Amino acid sequence: MIESTRFGEYGGCFVPETLMAALEELEDGFRTIVPGTAFQQEMDYYLHEYAGRKTPLTFCRNLSRDLGCRVYLKREDLLHSGAHKLNNALGQALLARCMGKRRIIAETGAGQHGVATAIAGAALGMKVEVYMGEEDIARQALNVARMRMLGASVLPVRSGSRTLKDAINEALRDWVANVRDTHYLIGSVVGPHPFPTLVRDFQTVIGRETRAQVLEKEGRLPDAIVACVGGGSNAIGMFTPFLGDRTQLFGAEAGGEGPGGRHGATLCRGRPGVLHGTYTYLIQDAFGQILESHSVSAGLDYPGVGPEHSYLMDKGRVTYREVTDDEAVDSFLYLSRTEGIIPALESAHAVSLARSIAPDLRNDDILIVNLSGRGDKDVSQVAALAGDRL
Amino acid sequence: MTTRIGRAFLARTRPLLVACLVAGDPDIRESLAMIREVERAGADIIEVVMPFSDPVADGPVMQQAIQRALSAGMNTDSLFSLIRDFRSESETPLVLLTYANPVVQRGIGAFYRDAARAGADGVAVADVPLEEAEPFCTAARDAGIDPILFVSQTTSDTRLERIVEKAGGFLYLVAALGVTGVRGNVDPATIECIRRIKGISPLPVVPGFGISSSHQVQAYSQAGADGVIVGSVIVKEVGDRVGRPGEMRSAVREMVRALVADMV
Repeated sequence: MIESTRFGEYGGCFVPETLMAALEELEDGFRTIVPGTAFQQEMDYYLHEYAGRKTPLTFCRNLSRDLGCRVYLKREDLLHSGAHKLNNALGQALLARCMGKRRIIAETGAGQHGVATAIAGAALGMKVEVYMGEEDIARQALNVARMRMLGASVLPVRSGSRTLKDAINEALRDWVANVRDTHYLIGSVVGPHPFPTLVRDFQTVIGRETRAQVLEKEGRLPDAIVACVGGGSNAIGMFTPFLGDRTQLFGAEAGGEGPGGRHGATLCRGRPGVLHGTYTYLIQDAFGQILESHSVSAGLDYPGVGPEHSYLMDKGRVTYREVTDDEAVDSFLYLSRTEGIIPALESAHAVSLARSIAPDLRNDDILIVNLSGRGDKDVSQVAALAGDRL
Repeated sequence: MTTRIGRAFLARTRPLLVACLVAGDPDIRESLAMIREVERAGADIIEVVMPFSDPVADGPVMQQAIQRALSAGMNTDSLFSLIRDFRSESETPLVLLTYANPVVQRGIGAFYRDAARAGADGVAVADVPLEEAEPFCTAARDAGIDPILFVSQTTSDTRLERIVEKAGGFLYLVAALGVTGVRGNVDPATIECIRRIKGISPLPVVPGFGISSSHQVQAYSQAGADGVIVGSVIVKEVGDRVGRPGEMRSAVREMVRALVADMV
C-alpha cells in the first residue's frame, strides 16, 4: 500500500483497483531505480548529449529596456523537440525500459508531449502509441505528422469532447487493460501518485539550471519568476528549487475568452475535486461533472491542474493569474518582434503576465520568464488570429 | 446490522444476478421504468450507475449510456429521487455505482446519508482504491450503507486482506483486465482469483466486467462466486432502442429473464 501521496490535502491516487499494482510498481522503480548511479548517468547522457541541455538563460536587452527591469528568458524553446516536455519523456521512457516495459502509451493535446514521447521512444527503441482527440488531430496536423515520422502510432479518440481530457481517459483505459507490459507516460504533473512527483523531479532540471545560471550572472537570486500553467509541469520544474527562497513566483493560467467566457483557468476560477486520479482544483459544475475548458493554446486547454499547484496556491507561495487569449496572442507577437524569439502560445501567456507585473519591479530587479517552448507549431493559428496586425 | 444485500446473499439458493443500468438512461423518466422492468424480470440486486463525465473504468457501451443520461440532465439530486421512487415500491437490494467526484462534491458524509435516506443499500466508487477508501467507508458505515470495494487479479494477498477488513456487502471482483464491456470469455486468472479470495474473505464475491454468457456464470459460480454483475449487455439493449420505449422495455425484460435462467 502506498503511503504519503499528498501535497497538503491535494493529490492522492484515485484510480480503479486494477491500476494500483502498476502504481506501486512505478513508485518502487521511482524510489529505487531513478536515484541510482547507472540511471543518473544514462539520464545525463540523454539530457546533455542528446537533448541539448543545458539550455541558456538569456539576458534580454530589448525586453529589459522596454519593461524597466532585468529580464531573463529560460530557453526551453531551444531544447531538442522545441519544448520542455522532452525532459520528462526521456526520464520516464528510460525508467520504463529499466522496469522491463516494452510498450509506452501517452496522451497529447497540442501534440508537443506526443512528439517528445515519440522522440524518446525512437531514441530508446521502444514502441510508442499516442492517444489524441479527434478534434486535436484535425487542429495539429503538423505534430501528428511528426509523431508518425518518428515511428509512433497516433490513436484517434472519439469519446467525450475529443480533446486532451478524453485522450487521458482513453490512455488510462488502455493502461488498465495492458498494465503488465505497458507504461503510461503521462505528460504533466497531473494524474495519480506518483506521477505528479515523478514528472516534477524530471522537470526540476529547469529550475536547478536557472538557479545556478542566475547566481553566476547576477550573483543573487531573482526577484520574480513567471511560468505558464496548464497541467503545470514547466512551472513546477522551474519553481521547485526556488520554493525556499524569497523570490516571488507567478503562474499564468489560460483566461480564454476573459471574464464570463470559456476558459482554462482552473486555479483562478475552479473548485477542488477528483479527476484523472488526483484531488485538485477543477473546472466543474455544482454536481461534480467536469466541464470543457477553453484556451487559444491547446497546451493550456485542460480542466484540471497539477495537485501541487493547488497546494502552492492555498499556501500562498505562488500567485496565479489569468491571461486571456487576446493577451497571449498579443504577447506572442510582442516577444517575436522585440527579441526575435517566437514563443509557443503557452509560453506567450507567461510573457504576458511578466509584462503586467513588470511595473511593480524596480530597474535593477531580476525577472525570469520560463519560455517553455517555441512557437513554430502555432504560427499558422496566430497568423489567422492576428489578421491585419501582421 | 445486516442490510438488504447481506440478507439476499444469506438467503441465496443459487448465484445472484446483479443487473446494472445507468441512472437517467435513456432519460430520467424512462430510467425508472427500466429499473422496475429489470426488477420484475427477476434480478436479485439492482446496480444503478450514477453518470460521471469522465468514466475511466468504462468501455464504449457504458460511456454512451452515461453520455445519454448526462445529456438528458441527470444529476445527483435526480439520482436520489429516482432511487426513492424505486424504493417506494420495492424491497430489492440496490447498489449505487459512481466515481469519486460526484460524491466529493456533495460532501462525502452528505452523499452517503442522502443515498441511505433514498433507499440505497450499498455504494461502490470505481476510482476509490484502498488508499483513498477510509473517508468513504466511514461515511458509508455511519449511514448504514455497505461500502462495496473492488478487488482484481492484480490485487496482492496483503492488499486483499486489508480490503476485506474495510469492505461491506460483497467484494466486487473486476473479472477482466480492462474496462466494462461485453466479452463473453472466461478468464482463467479470474477463476484463480475467486478461489484465492474465498480462502481469505467471509464476504460474498461477485465478479463483474465483461460478463454476459451462461458459461461464464457457470465457470465463475463453480469456482465459488456468489453471483455475477451484468451491465453492458443489458445497457446495450437500451442504447440500441433509443426512441422506442416499448421495444426497449421488452428487450431489457427478455435479456434479464434469460440471464436469471442461467443462474443455476
